[in-house]
Amino acid sequence: MSASAAPLLAVERVSKRFRGLLAVDGVSFAVAPGDILAVIGPNGAGKTTLFNMIAGVLAPDEGSIAFAGERIAGLAPDAICRRGIGRTFQIVRPFPALSVADNVVVGALLRNPGVASARRHSLAVLERLDLIDKRAQPASTLTLPDRKRLEVARALATEPKLLLLDEVMAGLRPTETDRMVAILGRLNRESGLTIVLIEHVMRAVMALARRVLVLHHGAAIAEGPPAAIVREPAVIESYLGEEALA
Amino acid sequence: MIELWRGLQPRARALIVGFFVLLLAAPLVADRYVLSVLTLILYFAFVGQAWNLMMGYAGQLSLGHALYVGLGAYVAALLWVRFGVGPWLGVFAAIAVAMAFGAVVGWLGFRFGVEGVYFALLTIAAAEFTRIAFDNMSFTGGSGGLFMPYEPGRLGQWWNLRGGQLLFYYVALALAAGGVVLAARLSRSRLGYQWLAVREDETAARSLGIDAFRAKMTAVLVSSGMTAVGGVFYAFYYNNLFPGQVFDIQRSIELILGPIVGGLGTVFGPVVGAFVLTPLGEGLIALTARLGIDAPGAKAVFYGLTLIAIIYLRPNGIWPWLARILGLEERTP
Repeated sequence: MSASAAPLLAVERVSKRFRGLLAVDGVSFAVAPGDILAVIGPNGAGKTTLFNMIAGVLAPDEGSIAFAGERIAGLAPDAICRRGIGRTFQIVRPFPALSVADNVVVGALLRNPGVASARRHSLAVLERLDLIDKRAQPASTLTLPDRKRLEVARALATEPKLLLLDEVMAGLRPTETDRMVAILGRLNRESGLTIVLIEHVMRAVMALARRVLVLHHGAAIAEGPPAAIVREPAVIESYLGEEALA
Repeated sequence: MIELWRGLQPRARALIVGFFVLLLAAPLVADRYVLSVLTLILYFAFVGQAWNLMMGYAGQLSLGHALYVGLGAYVAALLWVRFGVGPWLGVFAAIAVAMAFGAVVGWLGFRFGVEGVYFALLTIAAAEFTRIAFDNMSFTGGSGGLFMPYEPGRLGQWWNLRGGQLLFYYVALALAAGGVVLAARLSRSRLGYQWLAVREDETAARSLGIDAFRAKMTAVLVSSGMTAVGGVFYAFYYNNLFPGQVFDIQRSIELILGPIVGGLGTVFGPVVGAFVLTPLGEGLIALTARLGIDAPGAKAVFYGLTLIAIIYLRPNGIWPWLARILGLEERTP
C-alpha cells in the first residue's frame, strides 16, 4: 500500500462478536485515497459485518475505524454518510414507490439542500449510471441489474469520498458485470473516488481492484495485489478452490 | 410557491382555480344545511391533510389524532372561557401544547424503536390517557364538559370566531386551502423527500445521510400542531367540549378515513376523501330516514359497506385514479 499518503480509511484490529460467534476477528487494513480494494472470502467470512461496522450499522466490540483521520466507529449510519462514506446494500433497498429520479434526489439532497439543484445533480448521476431513460419509472418496476445500478447511483448522489459496495455484481450477467466494472472504473479514474467492494465475482475483482483483502472465519488471511492473491495457497484452499480447479 | 404553481399543468391550474372559486361562491346558492355539510367537509379535508403528512408522507401511523384535536380545542376554549383570551391568540398556545404532546409521543416511539402498529397503539394510549385525565380535571369541566357562553354582544367578532355558519364556512375554507398549500410545499421540499425516504425504507434513508429520528419527529410536530388548529376550529364551531367525545378513538378514525379513501401521500387525497365521505355519511342518514330503516347502526352498516367497496376498487385511493382520468398525472422532468 502507498505509505506516502495518509489513508482515507484505516481499520485497526476490529472485532465483532455475535453471542458465541466471532464474526470479525481483529481485522486491520487501510485504504489510500483513490484506491480500489476488494474484500473477498467465502460466505460467512464476516465481509458484510465488516462493512456494517464501517457504515455505522454495527459498533465494533474492539478496535478502531478512522475515516479521513477521524474516529468513526460507533457513529450512526446517517452521521457516517454525512462524513463522506456512501454504501450499497447486498440485498438492494430501493424506495419502491418513488421514481428512479426521486430515489437519487433523496441522496443528492444531502449536499444540495435545494430540491432543484438536487434534481439537476441526480440527473447527472443517472446519466453516468445509464439509468437516465428510466428516470420516470417507479423503482419497483426495475429489473435486478437496474436496481443494482440505482443502488450505486443513490449512494453516489451523496457525493461520497469513499464508496462501499456490497456485492453489486451478484446476479448480473457477464456483460452487465463488465458494464458495471466500466462505470465504476471510470468513476475512480475521473473523480478519484475511493472504492471498497465486497465481491464474489472474480471477473470483476480482477478487472477493478488494485488490492484484495481475503477474509476467512472473520480473520484477514491475505492481502495484496489481485494477481498475487489468486496464487496464494491459503486463498485457493479456503475460497478459490473450486473455481481454480474448474 | 410560484415555482410550485408554474410546475403544474395548465389544466391542473384551471381546475384548482375553478374549484376554489366555486367554493368561494358556494354560500351564494347553498342553504344553511348544505353550507354546514360543506364546512364539515373542509374541516375534515384540513385535519385529514394534517394526518396525511405524518402517515402518507412520513409513514408513521397515528390512530390517536383526536388527542391533538382535543388538546387544541380545550386549550383555546379554556383560554377564552377562563381568561378571555381570543382564539386568534389562543391558537398559538393550542399549537404549542399539541406539539409538546406530539413530541412526547414521538420521542417515546422513535427513541425506543416502537414501530408500525405498536407505534399506533402508543398513539391510541396517549389519546386515552388524556381523555381520562380530562374526565377528572375540574378545571376543564371534567366529564361534564366545557361550554362556551353564548354572548350575543360578541357575534360578528370574526377574529374571536364568534359568528354564524357563513363565518365558519369561510374559516374552514381558508384552513383547507392553507392545508393544501402547506402539504404541496412540504411534499416538494427537502423535508418532504426525507419523509418519503423514511416511509419507504428507513435503513436505506439513514444510509443516505438522513437523520430518521429527526425526520419522524418533525412529521409528528407539524402534524400535531396543524391538527390542533383544527381543534380550535372545532371548539368554537360547536361551543361545547366533552372529553369522552373529542378524545374518543372514533374521532381519530373518522379523521383518517378521508385521506385513506382519497389517497395516502397525495396532496389532494385528503380533500377528495373528505368530499366523498362526509356527503356519503350525511346522505346515508337522509336515505335510511327516508326508507324508514330506523334500526340502530343501519347507517354504519351502509357506510362500512361503501368504504369496503371503495377501498376494494381503488386500493391506492380515489385521487390517483381521478388524476389519471383528468389527465393530471405528474411528469417527472
